[in-house]
Amino acid sequence: MAGKFVHQSIKRIEDPELITANVQFLDDINLPGMLHAAFKRSDYAHARIKSIDVSEARKLPGVIGVYTAEDFGDYVKPGPLQVPPPTAIKGATYVARTTMPIAKDKVRYAGEPVAIVIAESRYIAEDACDLIYVDYEPLEAVVDLEKALQPGSPLVHDDLPSNEAGHVRQERGSWEQAVKEADLIIKRKFFINRNAGAAMENRGIIVQWDKQAKQMTIWCGTQSVIALRNQTAARLGLFESQVRVITPNTGGGFGPKINTSLPDDVLITYLAMKLERPIKWFEDRRENFLATTSERDQVHYCEIAVKRDGTIVGLKDFFYHNTGAYNPYMMTVPLNSQTHTVTNYRVPNFLTEFYVVFTNQMIVTPVRGAGRQYGVFVMERMLDAAAKELGMSPVEIRRKNLLPANAYPYYTSIIGQDFVEGVLDSGDYPTAFEKTLELIEYDKFVNEVQPKLRAEGRKVGIGVACFSEGTGVGPYEGARVTVGGNGKVVVTTGYTSQGQAHYTTFAQIVADQLGVDVKDVKVITGDTGYFGWGAGTFASRGITVAGTATHLAAQKVRQKALKLASKILEAPEEELELADGVVRVADIPSKFISLGELAIIANPMRGTMEPGAEPGLEAVAYYGPPYGATGAGAVGLILEVDPETMQVSLEKMAFVHDCGTPVNPMVVDGQIHGGIQMGIGDAFYEELIYDENGQLVTASFMDYLFPQATDMPKKLVLGHMETPSPLNPLGIKGVGEAGAIPIPSVFTQAVENALQDTGVEFDRDTLSPSRIFTYVQQAKGA
Amino acid sequence: MAQTVKINVTVNGRQYEREVEPRLLLSDFIRHDLGLTGTHVGCEHGLCGACTILMDGEAVRSCTIFAVQADGHEIQTVESLGTPEKLHPLQEAFIEKHALQCGFCTPGFLMTILDYLGDNPNPTEEEIREAIDGNFCRCTGYFNIIEAVKLAAEKMASH
Repeated sequence: MAGKFVHQSIKRIEDPELITANVQFLDDINLPGMLHAAFKRSDYAHARIKSIDVSEARKLPGVIGVYTAEDFGDYVKPGPLQVPPPTAIKGATYVARTTMPIAKDKVRYAGEPVAIVIAESRYIAEDACDLIYVDYEPLEAVVDLEKALQPGSPLVHDDLPSNEAGHVRQERGSWEQAVKEADLIIKRKFFINRNAGAAMENRGIIVQWDKQAKQMTIWCGTQSVIALRNQTAARLGLFESQVRVITPNTGGGFGPKINTSLPDDVLITYLAMKLERPIKWFEDRRENFLATTSERDQVHYCEIAVKRDGTIVGLKDFFYHNTGAYNPYMMTVPLNSQTHTVTNYRVPNFLTEFYVVFTNQMIVTPVRGAGRQYGVFVMERMLDAAAKELGMSPVEIRRKNLLPANAYPYYTSIIGQDFVEGVLDSGDYPTAFEKTLELIEYDKFVNEVQPKLRAEGRKVGIGVACFSEGTGVGPYEGARVTVGGNGKVVVTTGYTSQGQAHYTTFAQIVADQLGVDVKDVKVITGDTGYFGWGAGTFASRGITVAGTATHLAAQKVRQKALKLASKILEAPEEELELADGVVRVADIPSKFISLGELAIIANPMRGTMEPGAEPGLEAVAYYGPPYGATGAGAVGLILEVDPETMQVSLEKMAFVHDCGTPVNPMVVDGQIHGGIQMGIGDAFYEELIYDENGQLVTASFMDYLFPQATDMPKKLVLGHMETPSPLNPLGIKGVGEAGAIPIPSVFTQAVENALQDTGVEFDRDTLSPSRIFTYVQQAKGA
Repeated sequence: MAQTVKINVTVNGRQYEREVEPRLLLSDFIRHDLGLTGTHVGCEHGLCGACTILMDGEAVRSCTIFAVQADGHEIQTVESLGTPEKLHPLQEAFIEKHALQCGFCTPGFLMTILDYLGDNPNPTEEEIREAIDGNFCRCTGYFNIIEAVKLAAEKMASH
């Protein structure tokens, strides 16, 4: 669905200010009298706190206060669940052990705060942390996912009988039946690694308490202003209206910034009230690695049941999911893995089961992809394994099993992170797949290029994988659209932005409805002082859910403008049009009234109003979908492995995606590009590695390898498809995570293909030169 | 109070005389003492490149230099480039090619590229990738930044 602005690659409205540094990021804000916070963090992953000596730290000049759990009394307790448990799933079990704002008696992960220092400067606050002495009794750390559930394992939470945090089993059809029907059952085990969101801007918060006005203002690059406001107000016994949360410009989110009731916001709001001075805390990179949330590791045991001709008759996947020391985010990530395991293919019988496990590691919450990529990884790997056993090509087995273009809506029987049965609303997976093969020139590479290069001794490989991305889930978002007396339009929403171009894309949607220039629409996101409802920025739902709410609000304003103008211009509404900032009679362009004048008339200062009429050219709308809109696509990759160093060079990538109507195709491409970078990191560079004592050994960019410009594919070709979603009027599906999802799948397949002569097969989603070398040695029996 | 040292630094053509602690990072000095917050801090260990500035015309990371080491030197930050009304050609190129999303890493990229294009006004794509390899970006996948550098090279050549 194209309009004058929607479906156009409008240059971003926010860019001129952003690129000239005429904006404010969190750490750019300095308030008069502001104090600075630093955390003393646990060196141990698992230990009892015997005593904490803060006396020396308190004496340091410039230190205002040093606080441990004891100093907060009853205020310190486990925070609220950020996501409800999946009670909609029959038989699902769970326990909730939510985040402790500051460790009391026991530390459960390395990096957990044990004390907080408030000082006149950050330098002094950090100095004081070095003067805090903690006497620990180290305990054996729970690190290994599978051992954690064995009897006799040390316990992360002493009051629980085991480290099991939850269990979910879902089945469609009957795996038992699949076993009966199958010619062959293939079994594999897979390891999924931990990754960081690693937004370039770390987390942070500034809190100001105005004692006279009894008003708290919080500046925070949170992905959910509403959650932060509501949880803060409830905890401190304030009304929501007494807490205003403002997101400054935010340097990327990628998931971890969705969390609220973490140590920083819980403790700093309290201390800002107590000390009656504003307090800033801005995380450093080491803290971000250690103690912001990150994503999962999982261990999968998978079986695929196939016919000789490659037809899938069933899949069984059993996995363990690491949730870290606490589980405030419940099961969003493993549920995403579960729902995304079979979405692209016809799998009549599917049994999926997981256990969530507490460990002495940092808390697990979504990072771009949010578990979807691991469901996809498991399925794609199983197809590769099946193809090999059956003597088929990876292309042939996928072609045979992809859901056909007439399959939608397709009911999956599997309940997902939004607690309703997954439904694939629309799509055309076979066309996406074929288009990818075309763009990567699959046949030409396999038949002509590869044999020639192989003859020269070069290790070149190709891979192709499919993916889907459940996006735009509920519950809801809202927006207010207001025409000002200046004829310009303001959109406000509780949705927050971390660089996704909402200031442009939401403006495009409104400009089309109201017939104004896109530059005359100002978008304000993530400030509870302007709009106080919404859930947050997650699950690629910005343009789908908040964008649709914006569209609906703009439509209401349009109706109001038409109704009012009809009276003033003495012409029926059907004969009016909105264009160039005016409402005019379509056939008599000289007969018009500007939106600005209408806005003024719509808010009468004297006289009477019609019963039921609402003032202003303003409207609020909410949108909540019955289930998410599912985007999808496929990716092809050609790469070369250096047989000496096992370094991998990405020669060409073809990425085809379908996100329904792209509101701004340029922005959509940008989202895909960024996702690919994270996917490449996931596949080959990035890994949060914990040693056997629960120490994170990759807590800096020296050790945690972040993909750089030379690591990207030398050539990238994007292919676009548009099957509009029937769920919303613009036909939109989300796209924020798509790029990241299929990369580990295609990467491992392509490296295997490059090293085909060694017979190597990979069972994990993150490779590295040394890992590849080890696998090859093992394959050789060395 | 810790001992302080007097330093003289020229930043974006303006001279500043300040008393600073010897341990104060140049990035913190620029951002918090001078209030030039366009220079961003992403890692504070010299890897991500977000804090890149020009010191005597050379791109350097301001998070791994002490403010006292800048005494007597000339510094250029992102604030010295264009304004929203009158953008620098490099900034224009970034906007035209959608080479920024959250914008946090962008100042570091701009300063790195400014230095680089000064030395090599007509780079190949491979050279561009090498040139920006020391700057991290989480949003763009670098693809559009590479395109922006190509376009900036053209624009700056015709200026």
